Amino acid sequence: MSGAAAFFAMGGYARYVWPAYGIAFLTLGGLALRSWLRHRASRKALDALDRRAGAREGAR
Amino acid sequence: MRYNSAMASRISRFANPGRFLQVSRRLLPWCGALAVLLILVGLYLALFVAPADYQQGEAVRIMYVHVPAAWMALNIYFFLALASGVALVAKHPLADVAAQAAAPVGAAFTFVCLVSGSLWGRPMWGAWWVWDARLTSVLVLFFLYLGYIALVDAFDDPTRGARAGALLALVGVVNLPIIKFSVDWWNTLHQPASVMRLGGPSIYVSMLVPLLVMTAGFAMLFLALLLLRMRSLLFERRARALRINGPAIEGAARRTDGGALSGANW
Repeated sequence: MSGAAAFFAMGGYARYVWPAYGIAFLTLGGLALRSWLRHRASRKALDALDRRAGAREGAR
Repeated sequence: MRYNSAMASRISRFANPGRFLQVSRRLLPWCGALAVLLILVGLYLALFVAPADYQQGEAVRIMYVHVPAAWMALNIYFFLALASGVALVAKHPLADVAAQAAAPVGAAFTFVCLVSGSLWGRPMWGAWWVWDARLTSVLVLFFLYLGYIALVDAFDDPTRGARAGALLALVGVVNLPIIKFSVDWWNTLHQPASVMRLGGPSIYVSMLVPLLVMTAGFAMLFLALLLLRMRSLLFERRARALRINGPAIEGAARRTDGGALSGANW
């Protein structure tokens, strides 16, 4: 077995080791992505509200 | 150190959401970059440098995900309870925001801990799951996080939701020593602590270092996600206030956030 194949085989434990790393990556990466998208959206929404409030005040 | 008025004003300056938004904006890129860097180094050490275990073989590499995730699950709950206590007692304006931002991150780490533990238990114990004290108390921790998140959202009035959540978070603290000492108090398949124990760690440095680097990476990731989510909550809170009250809220908002939220550089 070549080096890379031996590495991915994980001494016969591949079907336990790789899912553990994969689920950690998907869970934490997914949360990070969702947190980042939410941050961007909430900031844009607030900016839009602030601009509208500013325009209203300017018209007065 | 004596608690004097200069200190008090320094503390209240950081308690100010506007000030927090400015500081967190500068910190966030560094926390995020450091988290990615530490996790990448941790992965390299865990997968390529750390030796296989003489009993468990390569399956021991699950430890480098499982154990740091478990530590984070416990520490974030401690943080959640602490922030909830401060929110209830001192009415610190950022405390319940911090608690609400931390909860989903804690739940995610607890989930990773449970799933990786299950994937480790199957080849080592011959079972995906056993209802023993350690596993059950960590499952309870997961449900405490989910319960907290659901409870905070269950009220029309956000203040009442935050209060109910904070009470639940504080009551749940009794679970933390149960998790920590479950492996000593009860017979269990789960192995006892080998790092955080009296007399120092009992594992090899070649395994301890990747474990600590991975933990540092997870801790930095928690900090980055905490700041990011706290900022989102503050933006959403202010947007809600503006929508409900219109421009009339401006004066009130300026009073509570020291004016730093209005037109500041976020």
